Amino acid sequence: MLENNGTSFLKSLLNAWSWLFLILILGFFELYAQMETGNTFLFRVYTLQSIAVAASQILLLALGLTLVIVAGHIDLSIAFTTGFSAVVMALVIRFFGPEGGWLTVILALGVGLLAAIVVGLINGWLVAFINVPSFIGTLGTYGIARGVALIVAGGATVSIRSDEARAIGNGIILGFPVPVLVAAVVAIVFSYLLTHTKFGVHTYALGANRASVERAGVDVKKHLVILFVLSAFTAGIGGLIYTGRFSAGAANAGEPILLYAVAAVFIGGASLTGGQGTVVGTVIGAIIIAVIQFGLVFSGLPPYWQFVAVGLVIIVAVIVDQSRDRLTGVSS
Amino acid sequence: MTALLSAKGLKKRFGGNEAVKDVSFDVNEGECVVLAGDNGAGKSTVIKMISGVYTPTEGEVHFDGARLTGKSAEAIRTAGIETIYQDLALADNLDPGLNLYLGREKTRRFLGLPFLAREEMRRDAVDVLQSLGIVVPDPTAPVREMSGGQRQAIAIARAIHWQAKLVIMDEPTAALGVPEQREVMALIERLKSKGVGIILISHNLPDIFAAADRIIVLARGVVAGERRPSETNDEEIVRMMMGATL
Ligand SMILES: Nc1ncnc2c1ncn2[C@@H]1O[C@H](COP(=O)(O)OP(=O)(O)O)[C@@H](O)[C@H]1O
Ligand SMILES: [Mg+2]
Repeated sequence: MLENNGTSFLKSLLNAWSWLFLILILGFFELYAQMETGNTFLFRVYTLQSIAVAASQILLLALGLTLVIVAGHIDLSIAFTTGFSAVVMALVIRFFGPEGGWLTVILALGVGLLAAIVVGLINGWLVAFINVPSFIGTLGTYGIARGVALIVAGGATVSIRSDEARAIGNGIILGFPVPVLVAAVVAIVFSYLLTHTKFGVHTYALGANRASVERAGVDVKKHLVILFVLSAFTAGIGGLIYTGRFSAGAANAGEPILLYAVAAVFIGGASLTGGQGTVVGTVIGAIIIAVIQFGLVFSGLPPYWQFVAVGLVIIVAVIVDQSRDRLTGVSS
Repeated sequence: MTALLSAKGLKKRFGGNEAVKDVSFDVNEGECVVLAGDNGAGKSTVIKMISGVYTPTEGEVHFDGARLTGKSAEAIRTAGIETIYQDLALADNLDPGLNLYLGREKTRRFLGLPFLAREEMRRDAVDVLQSLGIVVPDPTAPVREMSGGQRQAIAIARAIHWQAKLVIMDEPTAALGVPEQREVMALIERLKSKGVGIILISHNLPDIFAAADRIIVLARGVVAGERRPSETNDEEIVRMMMGATL
């Protein structure tokens, strides 16, 4: 491979573009705030906490999704897996009433997660054993989870009264909102899983060339099922946090986040063809989107501009991915 | 001397189609046997019966003193037969070390948790490749950045590293340019000098004559003839491939 300093510099630039982009937009909003109001945007606890909570909500859908995308698949069902687990958790708490205390909430968390895992098992079974393309299979379970969540919720939002649940969604420990701590723990575990374990290597290899792992004696079907269960699992945690934050479970809790979660994974360096992407990249991607969301609201623009902005960033991410492929000599 | 591998009376029927009718041959240690034959002659089917992808309809395979027939592909690999397919089955996004160890990765414990020993696996890969006369410019780079010959070497390194006694290669030079074809032929020589037996599938005559200790020509599912390169020529081999027996 021919390579001079110029292209290798360009390559590292493309690999680090999401970091640079994050710094750029933070700088932009800070400058804007200083000029318009004379106050800081970034260096306020409220701003940082708000951005971090928004990023966490995106991340909980995006973390499991990262593994699925690295393996060369997609999971669209997470949009309603989140809602399903949110509704189930709320129903369990409502069933036992506000006197249930922590025991009820812990039970509700467990049942909510279980509901999410069922969706993941179905996805894994469809993709691994029935050979349904994941895009179609998870589009099917997207619909099913949405329908079932609406049915069990009676078509409405399931509101609850539980101090314990509220503490999970809104509590702050040492300055860190609980959702942020939860997302951070999940991110660390998934980062370890993807970069330091055999499971992670096999996930990358699966995304590059399924035959490579198959002939290495890895049980690919089992691996795929685990991937989709992990994806449903983190989306489910997202639903639990949602119910805690808003004291209500809603079937469409995750729907508006799906686009952001997918975007975060691709901004973070994943590729549509699989085999690429990292947890750290996805975290940066989620933070970028949260900064755009919050920054636009802060600057007083109509909130709809966030959709346009995130859409533009997705397109930039894809262009960067393709120029990177050209530089490293990947034939598409 | 008993043969390293011995295939006796192999037959494979797919529905009504007898892809392989009756094939027997031996491979000795450090010997390269070329299976030559036209498209559809049954070469790939024969090696798949040896590597355990297919179970023979009739016949059996003995290897290193044990009967292999009916064992799983995984068990046959563990017994010491490594098959290198045309697509090499590499994970292009991983470095040579991880490709060498794929499925059997080395880990080190830290705080009770296993962590991949990337550096160590990389060093082993560099060593094995060096023993094949291949220098990898950047062992941290994913293998997609390497040449066709180097990638072939990684697939072969995997066989050597896991102590394969027999390596099967299905048309390894088919997709390569001329210089890389030469690299692969050199790799085959080094494998032989390590005492590894080789079954090479090819229908490229120069390759056949360069690599083979013995040439076994298949035509329509049967052995049309067996020759040493010194006792035959291009013309005769082609005639046998076209189906004129003996
Ligand atoms: N899985 C299969 N099912 C049915 N027929 C097959 C199968 N594999 C090979 N064949 C047939 O067996 C014959 C020999 O094929 P193959 O072993 O691939 O030949 P070669 O490798 O020498 O080109 C061909 O007629 C082919 O169509
Ligand atoms: Mg063939």
